[in-house]
Amino acid sequence: MEDIKDIILQYVIKEYIDDEDEKITYDTPLISSGHVDSFSMVSLLVFLENKFKIKIPPSKATPEAFDSVNRIVALVNEYMK
Amino acid sequence: MIQTMTTASNIGSYEERQKNFNWSVAEKELEYRKGDIINIGWYCSDRICLQGKGNKTALHYEGFGGVEKKYTFNGVRLAGNTTGAFLRDLGIKDEDRVCLFMDRIPELYFSFLGVLKIGAIVQPLFSAFGDESLFVRLDNAGTRAIITQRKHLPKVRKIIDRLPSLEFIIIVDHHYSKELETREVAFSLEDSEPVENFEIFPTRAESPSVLHYTSGTTGQPKGVRHVHYSLISQYLTTKWVLDLRDDDIYWCTADPGWVTGTSYGIIGPWSLGVTQCVLDTGFSAQAWYRFIEKYRITMWYSAPTAIRSLMKAGDEIIKDFDLSSLRHLASVGEPLNSEAVIWSERIFGKPFLDTFWQTETGSIMITNFPGMKVKPGSMGKLFPGITGAVLDPQTFEPINEPGKIGLIAFRPDWPAMMRGYWNNDEKFREKFVNGWYLSGDRSGIDNEGYYWFTGRDDDVINTGGHLVSPFEVESALLEHPAVGESAVVAKPDEVNMEVVKAFVTLKPGFTASSDLELEIMNYIRKRLSPMAMPQEIEYMDKLPKTRSGKIMRRLLHAREWGEETGDISTLEND
Repeated sequence: MEDIKDIILQYVIKEYIDDEDEKITYDTPLISSGHVDSFSMVSLLVFLENKFKIKIPPSKATPEAFDSVNRIVALVNEYMK
Repeated sequence: MIQTMTTASNIGSYEERQKNFNWSVAEKELEYRKGDIINIGWYCSDRICLQGKGNKTALHYEGFGGVEKKYTFNGVRLAGNTTGAFLRDLGIKDEDRVCLFMDRIPELYFSFLGVLKIGAIVQPLFSAFGDESLFVRLDNAGTRAIITQRKHLPKVRKIIDRLPSLEFIIIVDHHYSKELETREVAFSLEDSEPVENFEIFPTRAESPSVLHYTSGTTGQPKGVRHVHYSLISQYLTTKWVLDLRDDDIYWCTADPGWVTGTSYGIIGPWSLGVTQCVLDTGFSAQAWYRFIEKYRITMWYSAPTAIRSLMKAGDEIIKDFDLSSLRHLASVGEPLNSEAVIWSERIFGKPFLDTFWQTETGSIMITNFPGMKVKPGSMGKLFPGITGAVLDPQTFEPINEPGKIGLIAFRPDWPAMMRGYWNNDEKFREKFVNGWYLSGDRSGIDNEGYYWFTGRDDDVINTGGHLVSPFEVESALLEHPAVGESAVVAKPDEVNMEVVKAFVTLKPGFTASSDLELEIMNYIRKRLSPMAMPQEIEYMDKLPKTRSGKIMRRLLHAREWGEETGDISTLEND
């Protein structure tokens, strides 16, 4: 569980956060804050599907479901079962 | 058909305005006479203060996490002066290019006015651009200074060594604990003494003002050069189309990195002395509705992609908000589909009115006006004073037959028309045939003079209202070590209308995989922009080419859209 969380958090920081002073936590809003835009969400989705060998239906890949690392983890867990 | 607005609108009778039109109506209201000094920075702040509205709110700003700021017109005037004075002290002079590379923070809006006040040329760029997109535009413009935020510094630092003309990197939120690097300079409005008296540079009608970059099918992005006289068109279209009045609270959702965000997100409302609101967060339907409710927004200018996203979020959440303040809605950026018009009529009690114009036109050209009957799915009619037509693609003569599709073209005689492409006279000349400016879009005109958009006349991809050049993406793809050849086309998308799709062949030694797909996507996203990132990459053994070796993008496009492939006699066979 922690592994998944950290893998996603580190990926988000590496790929989407330019400002090294920006503190990103598991609960930091990603989409609604503007850190990750709707176009970039697609690459995040591809990352999750590749990394965790899952398929997330487009209807579930919503801005709300991607709005924090914790929410993404919940979504990933749903499809890893 | 929908009838709009029952109360009197600013434009009044469209037919009467059309009959007696002269741009001097705007000149008179702005107290401008031919040959006078005309400076957009002054018109948007100092003049409003001289009208006794210095204490009126000019800007309600809200950032993520509830950060709120409010500025009066006098505050905007002082902030513009202070920024202008800082730039002048650095040695920035008239016609130097100053790039604004910021999120939608208040400093972006103030810097826009400050740059114009010293007679320099303001070059706004979307802050989501990657380092290569930024480099190409700064290099082309020979930009002398860039005003940015700490968070965007890594991108600037990455390219600075390749930009000898870029002398100053001005950081508006510098942490004093951090070291500044070569050419970097900190500037904080909050820590600066406001400059009360400021000598505004005496720009004239044809003095350059704004340089916006736009993408074409081929070649690098082009810098569209506008002049201070564009104010005349921008002021009048804001008044007659967006119908702004003194007591309105206005929200333009566009980013000033694009032309809507400057023509109608700064110049239009502020030259009319109207209060505007800026929300600098990511998109969410709840956040947008809450923003409208909180500030009692009356006029809302947005984009079809945003409207379709709101539709997708459902009608149920709207019930949680009081949106009764809204009195007028308009849309720009891509064709507004009829479903969105009908939806807004049902939900808000008024339709979004489609407006059509371009970076090159600088102001609204074809539009639905308050008070006129709206035909959902139509772009509306010509703005008074604009001579337009659809032209036969072979003869470039106007088509008179109702409904027949042709090239949308205008006689280039309105104030906000671009004056050129930066350092690219050849491309500029190519935009004109027989005295017509060719927009690059196609439509038909019905028997009542309504334009009906059918598509672009080139391969440029319009994704969520942003134009993406397939050439630029293809070129960037070729720089990825795994990519041998590339072709980029638009793919249909429910929300964004179109998204970028790439077809690639791989170099020997590389194997197609979804991990490589992700790597290529991220490569383009960081290098160009999130909009330019292919949302899908398809690996191919070979790309379809003509016998002369040219990639047939048209075939791939037709396949994505389920269209006929047309003439394939030139297709290379095995």
